[in-house]
Amino acid sequence: MVDHVGTVFLPGDTIHNLNKSEKTGKIIIGPGLRQESETIIVSKPGILRHKEPNIYWIDSHQKKYVPVKGEQVLGVVTAKAGDVFRVDVGGSEQATLSYLSFEGATKRNRPDVKVGDIVFARFLVANKDMEPELVCMDGAGRSSGMGVIGRDRGFMFTCSLNLIRKILSPGCVLLKTLGNGNRFEITVGMNGRVWIHGRSVVDTIMVANAISAAEFMDKDQIRAMCSKLADRFIVVE
Amino acid sequence: MRETPLTNCEKDFVKKSVAENRRIDGRQPYDTRKAKITFGVDRGSCQVQLGQTRVFAQVSCEVAEPKPSRPSDGILFVNLELSPMACPSFEAGRLSDYGVELNRLLERCLKESRCLDTESLCITTGEKVWSIRVDVHVLNHDGNIIDAASIAAISVLAHFRRPDVTVSGTEITIHPIEERDPVPLSVHHMPLCVTFAFFEQGKYLVVDPTDLEEKVMDGKMVIGMNKHREICTLQITGDIQLEKDQVLRCSNIAVVKVTEMTELIHKALDNDRQVRASGGKFGFAESISIEKVTSNQMKGSEINMEDAEEQASALVLSDQDSETPSDTIEDEETVVHVLNKGVGSIGQGGASQWTIDEEEAEKMQTEVKFKMTRTKSAHKNLPTATDGDLGDNSEEEETIVLGQDMKIISQQERQNSQKMQTKTGDVKMKKGKKYMKK
Repeated sequence: MVDHVGTVFLPGDTIHNLNKSEKTGKIIIGPGLRQESETIIVSKPGILRHKEPNIYWIDSHQKKYVPVKGEQVLGVVTAKAGDVFRVDVGGSEQATLSYLSFEGATKRNRPDVKVGDIVFARFLVANKDMEPELVCMDGAGRSSGMGVIGRDRGFMFTCSLNLIRKILSPGCVLLKTLGNGNRFEITVGMNGRVWIHGRSVVDTIMVANAISAAEFMDKDQIRAMCSKLADRFIVVE
Repeated sequence: MRETPLTNCEKDFVKKSVAENRRIDGRQPYDTRKAKITFGVDRGSCQVQLGQTRVFAQVSCEVAEPKPSRPSDGILFVNLELSPMACPSFEAGRLSDYGVELNRLLERCLKESRCLDTESLCITTGEKVWSIRVDVHVLNHDGNIIDAASIAAISVLAHFRRPDVTVSGTEITIHPIEERDPVPLSVHHMPLCVTFAFFEQGKYLVVDPTDLEEKVMDGKMVIGMNKHREICTLQITGDIQLEKDQVLRCSNIAVVKVTEMTELIHKALDNDRQVRASGGKFGFAESISIEKVTSNQMKGSEINMEDAEEQASALVLSDQDSETPSDTIEDEETVVHVLNKGVGSIGQGGASQWTIDEEEAEKMQTEVKFKMTRTKSAHKNLPTATDGDLGDNSEEEETIVLGQDMKIISQQERQNSQKMQTKTGDVKMKKGKKYMKK
């Protein structure tokens, strides 16, 4: 039933004959799939996806974010509590962000983070029993793009999680074609938040609306929309 | 649950865009969002959508004792409910300050404008009057609840019909709907609220603010007005000081908005009445458009059919010559049973009609053989790996060792190959039938 990859499944459906790993004979199942004794049952409505050789998951429409270790998200700083910041990431619980986990931060040299700022950070700890913890550094201690984002500029909006995955998938043409017509900065968090900064307010609004509108479009429709918008940009300038 | 906090970035952007006369949803400052009014199957229920804000109103009536101060007046009771469904930050049960404010504002708008003729609700003076209750539930919150709630409340009052009553001497008869047509309430006029949000100490104003704009704004003014340009309520909240000009300008805008909206309500009521009279379909379920595609779609791809047609026609011809007995596929008539509204089933189920092509069967057989040799190494550590073996059936795990070769054949695979061999005989004629159907 390997050719069922890419088709719609509903909760309660069972899936058989998935590809197993040649070495271990195991299957890795992701979100939306559940093992009930010997069978695999679908627990979310959506499309079955497959990654070689043996990874399967269901791609569904969802707005609620569940923290995953290693994912990069856009969080909102809600409070300073001693040596950590409390960050809202849209999950069930607020995440913590230590002030030492910024590039170049020391006990004396504190990073400049205010309440209400947006931070782009990565999950260091994310499991169901512990408070999620964020860092703004990679393994080598570099910021690599993370940190406080867009102070006094840009705009942040939310969209569904599957749109985020769509934007970030390598095959998606949205950002490339949208970037052909005009210049803008964008930061996409896996928690459904997108920060955008265009050259003007109108540009920013237009890009934000184009991204939200692209949720149910295919590649050709996205290209058509982007070319239409490119005309608009010239008119506005 | 806690509300998503407002970021400085969003706040600055909203202020900046308002200063440039732009809004995030593409509206002009004085534009309202698109309103949609739908009535339910029962009289006295109505749903109003104002952009993403969605409000549901329901009217109910009962016979009650009048207030001693007003013995010949009916009672109008207005209740506005904010549930966590609308916005996770609203608490269930307990009414927040914001809820109380909205509730009071709506109540004042409806009651003190005397839009409903309460005297006509009297049955016997001092003893029995109709008590009308309007329940407004906020289903989704995207700013400007009060406008949507006032539209819903007044539309639903105009839509409602109460049972007819006759009084003869001391005997009061309430006629059921089947017996006598219910009577409408007498709605004199339609007070509607229009909300203005102010930014930068009243320098900029926008009509019909969204949730984000409401969070950022300095203050707001709500004007309750009817289409006769009579102001029914006026409320200013927040820390702003407004000039006389500004209030006047707002009331002029409100006049336009209220006239538009009143027309829309009348149109919606007329539509509903016509559909009811003509016996058409109405209600919330009918108002939902189902022609919308919201899931993934696949575009049709072109297939070269030239060869296939020749092959098919050849097969059909040969099939007709050989005079094979007719297949079950053709005989079976698909009968649609409607079990209940919205539920249907086609046919009665039964044995599978799917057949396997000859070529495919052969291919699968070779595959099976190939697998047999391949699984040799994979099955060695099988007993220990049962946890991860999710796709396997329990049958498949029973392995048979054949001779010195150590060939491992799973039972099911063997059964499959046997079945295929027996089936190949009748596969050919069924194939012909299939093409004929096409």
